[in-house]
Amino acid sequence: MKTDELVTLLGTNLEPVDRRSIARTLYVALAAGSIVALGLSLIGLGVRSDLTTARAFIFLVIKLAFAFGIVGLALVYLTKLARPGGERKTRSLLVTMPFLVIVALAGISLALSPSSHWEKMIVGDQWLECLISIPIIAIVPFTISMWVVRRAAPTDLARAGAFAGLAAGGMSAMAYALHCTDDSLPFIAVWYGGTIVLCILAGAILGPRLLRW
Amino acid sequence: MTTDETDLKSLMLASLDGHAASHRALLGQLSGRLRAYYRGKLARIGRGAADAEDLVQEAILAIHLKRHTYDPAEPLTPWVHAIARYKLIDFLRRTRTSPADVPIDEADTIAAHDDNSDVESSFDVRRLMEQLPKNMRYSIEAVKLEGLSIAEAAKRCGISESGVKMSIHRGLKTLAAMIARESQA
Repeated sequence: MKTDELVTLLGTNLEPVDRRSIARTLYVALAAGSIVALGLSLIGLGVRSDLTTARAFIFLVIKLAFAFGIVGLALVYLTKLARPGGERKTRSLLVTMPFLVIVALAGISLALSPSSHWEKMIVGDQWLECLISIPIIAIVPFTISMWVVRRAAPTDLARAGAFAGLAAGGMSAMAYALHCTDDSLPFIAVWYGGTIVLCILAGAILGPRLLRW
Repeated sequence: MTTDETDLKSLMLASLDGHAASHRALLGQLSGRLRAYYRGKLARIGRGAADAEDLVQEAILAIHLKRHTYDPAEPLTPWVHAIARYKLIDFLRRTRTSPADVPIDEADTIAAHDDNSDVESSFDVRRLMEQLPKNMRYSIEAVKLEGLSIAEAAKRCGISESGVKMSIHRGLKTLAAMIARESQA
């Protein structure tokens, strides 16, 4: 076939295109992923029972702020990285901000506490549950994010995958926070931060395989 | 370069609004550029004009199918280049060509800026279309080859209008995948 024939074929009866479709699909995907993650966390783990205390409430807010910050940043980056050449002008440094903030706060909190408390603050009671739950809850949001990004046209697949992983990790952390009773900043930095980094790595590794279009 | 960018971008904006003539003009102009690009790149690894033409058509299909990913706030040329480059890398991976396979003496047989379109790609779109599921094939034939409106095609195929649109989109995607598979040889 000649290329001219293909051009004629594609140009016949052309439909107008919705220019905002990428952003909108991503919003819908993140909303759907969050709902699934919340559902899984509420049904599988249940909400923490001590939310009436001020301390528990404040830590829930901190955890949610961390997770929201991550999901928000991931959304901003994904709207760029899902497009061909979107990686060209995108600097990924800003995305380290939530992590740097939480690590700095964790450091301050440790510095203000006697070192005999450090182990308890870092390891908490339920570190294993956190380590397992966040990646598992992230699976469905991750699948949705990857599917949506692939339907666009990313050209830096590892990076687009990493940010889809970041978004999924953030949604999952948001859901797990409702259940988690480990209230210390070092715990959030290590176990929330760490599991989200695992999600980023999974996305970066799987991106080149799963995001090809 | 700047005038090209301005011209091409205004064609792109019009085609996003559904202006068919602009879309054809855009794809026509881009295919010339893509041809020069791919022939130049493939000449270096000892592959011929037919392979380049396969790639031109793959890229043209991708530009068409992925046109919703263009952000009008950005310049068009980098977007096109990113797609062209992505398809080239994909082709090289599929064909497992490494730069070491390149016979140097063949490199100068192709003029890098040769822009003519006499070369046909190695596949025959009508033959490929026979492999498509019925609704996809009928919809593409009716709307894209015979120029019927979506409503007329829907009536003829006995499916809804949105079904016709979906079938065309899916069908073109499947065709693009078939072209990619065919050009592996």
